[in-house]
Amino acid sequence: MAHRLRQTVEHIGVPRLMIAGFLVIIFVIAYLTDMSVPQLITDSLVRVGMNGILVLAMVPTISCGVGLNFGLPLGVLSGLVGALISMEMGLAGFAGLLAAIAFAVPIAVVVGYLYALLLESVKGQEMMVGTYVGFSTVAVMCVFWLMAPFKNPELIWAIGGKGLRFTLTLGNHFGKVLNNFAVFQLFGVKISAGLMGFFLLFCLLIYLFYRTKVGIAMLAAGANPVFARSAGIEVRRMKAVGVVLSTVLAAIGIIVYAQSYGFLQLYMAPLMMAFPAVAAILIGGASLQRATIFNVIIGTVLFQTLLTTALPVTSRVIQGDISEVARLIISNGMILYALTRSTGGK
Amino acid sequence: MTQSSEPKTVESGRNVSLDIRHIILTNGVPILFLALSITMALVAGLNFTFLLNEVITRLARNSLLVLSLLIPVTAGMGLNFGIVIGAMAGQASVIAVTYWGITGVRGFLLACLLSTPLAAITGWLAGLVLNRAKGREMITSMILGFFANGIYQLIFLFLVGPIIPLKSAAMLLPQGIGVRNTVDLINIAQSLDKIWRPVIGGVRIPVVTLLISFGMCVIIAFLMKTKMGQNLRAVGQDMNIAEVMGIKVDKTRIIAMILSTVIAGWGQLIFLQNIGTLNTYNSHEQVGMFSIAALLVGGASTRRATIFQAVAGVILFHTLFVVSPLAGQRLFGVPQIGEYFRVFVAYGIIAVALALHAWQGRQVRREAIREAMLTE
Repeated sequence: MAHRLRQTVEHIGVPRLMIAGFLVIIFVIAYLTDMSVPQLITDSLVRVGMNGILVLAMVPTISCGVGLNFGLPLGVLSGLVGALISMEMGLAGFAGLLAAIAFAVPIAVVVGYLYALLLESVKGQEMMVGTYVGFSTVAVMCVFWLMAPFKNPELIWAIGGKGLRFTLTLGNHFGKVLNNFAVFQLFGVKISAGLMGFFLLFCLLIYLFYRTKVGIAMLAAGANPVFARSAGIEVRRMKAVGVVLSTVLAAIGIIVYAQSYGFLQLYMAPLMMAFPAVAAILIGGASLQRATIFNVIIGTVLFQTLLTTALPVTSRVIQGDISEVARLIISNGMILYALTRSTGGK
Repeated sequence: MTQSSEPKTVESGRNVSLDIRHIILTNGVPILFLALSITMALVAGLNFTFLLNEVITRLARNSLLVLSLLIPVTAGMGLNFGIVIGAMAGQASVIAVTYWGITGVRGFLLACLLSTPLAAITGWLAGLVLNRAKGREMITSMILGFFANGIYQLIFLFLVGPIIPLKSAAMLLPQGIGVRNTVDLINIAQSLDKIWRPVIGGVRIPVVTLLISFGMCVIIAFLMKTKMGQNLRAVGQDMNIAEVMGIKVDKTRIIAMILSTVIAGWGQLIFLQNIGTLNTYNSHEQVGMFSIAALLVGGASTRRATIFQAVAGVILFHTLFVVSPLAGQRLFGVPQIGEYFRVFVAYGIIAVALALHAWQGRQVRREAIREAMLTE
């Protein structure tokens, strides 16, 4: 009995059990203090759909052997440029959203390919180099936002007529188009079929991708490069495909994030974007070498629910906003756990 | 035996090419930044005395923090992004000293005394964590810094007040829990700098602070000559060989982290006494990045860093820091461009240095494999 219990615990994983337990406590407190539990779940679901694709972007780099993609801001920046072009053209609604994605994807492919070339030459230090390449690109793009030739008065500073604003409102563009699409109620919980469907659609697409020949080759290249090479798989090419795919997902992910948030945040906002996504997939049970769609869904649900519910619930018990602190400790603690535990890697 | 001639030529050939690359790598970066600084200073049309004043102040303010990075580099642990943990220890001590109202040099010294055990313990813990992440020390130390920042915020935003007794309306947030975002360090402000600060040719020189930094340079140089220094270097060269030689690798690495964290704590105290105010939740955040960028600008790599590079790096990096917003203002009429350029320089130099290091490491390994195949 004890043995089976330990097996179950090991199977689910201690971090997941701890966070799930924590969530149960939070929901019990919420129920006891007469908070609306359905409302909490509604908010959490929105956050899951909002962040899901950014977390999904971690899967290709992990499975192709590059590790956690700390260079996620590169994809995010590509997505922002795509969104800006769509907004500059004055597109609205679904047309605006699809146009943003359509503009962002080719940019992300090019950026991702260049990033893959760089990572190939710094094998073993991909995570550290990725982090700082991401950081420095964010800083370069800050100069770009100031100089960029956008003319739409909604986008640029009212005074001076030059340079993009820090935060752009998406209300007149594609703000909340997915969130407000096909919303239905279930036990008092509002579910946006548009937002959740979009996230799950991408999960399905990635799942199917790993059933294709290229996908299987990529998994082999990540799991055992020497063996893969002897089986005639071009490991280098597979890694490039993984990095490009991750960058494209990040670009789409930030567009979905922005439409859900209602604002497009420029300048230093994308700087730390990689860390919550990294933490979420690790909480979901991924390691530096292995990640599945299941890890993405579980991790995003646990992490985002925790972040969403922690603030309103704990503020009933503790003064001040402890959720930001909890986010820092939990997400970085999770990353540390993964970095110190996994074997192998250079 | 007959085959041995061939690998030797390969080796000497590699050494020559490595030497050239080495010279470019160790001196190219500082030369580039020197040129950049001079150009920007000319563009900005800065008063030379003003610039010299700024740079001397910043040299006194930042040297110790940058010096704290040297020991882990020698021990092969790369750039220690975890010095922010030392900075936090320094800040915790300075908050205590301010609360007790101890002023002047006495207050400063007491803060140093308090910060030492705090930094030593946290440095020891950091060392334990990094020993479990060999080969990934840099990313781990960076995440460790973020994690420690969470713990720091937990302590100073939520535990100070209800659990840690600190009863000062001036220092606490209005609701009585948590330390205010800014703490005025009037009690120890400039305590070290103003002991003796002669003005020579319009330039104010904080002699004592500079002497302390110089003293630290001497101590580190001396440490490297001792048995401890040899052990650190041996571990940095190759952990396996060091282990075979009978050096306790894990222990040595932990000592390197403790020393680095303790020096960083003192460094942050020097930094704060110069600035005069503590941004409770921000002062430490950028310390790791700016110190590392400065060291790299001085021509250091993730595997090799000297005292000279640290000092030269501080001077160059901070010259650029002073002139770039002004140059941005002059060139584009937008000061923010210079501001962002400055941020880009800090991040970019780290990215380039890390990439070069990783690339170089691969070249060396590739040569080693080729050599091994040839000898077979």
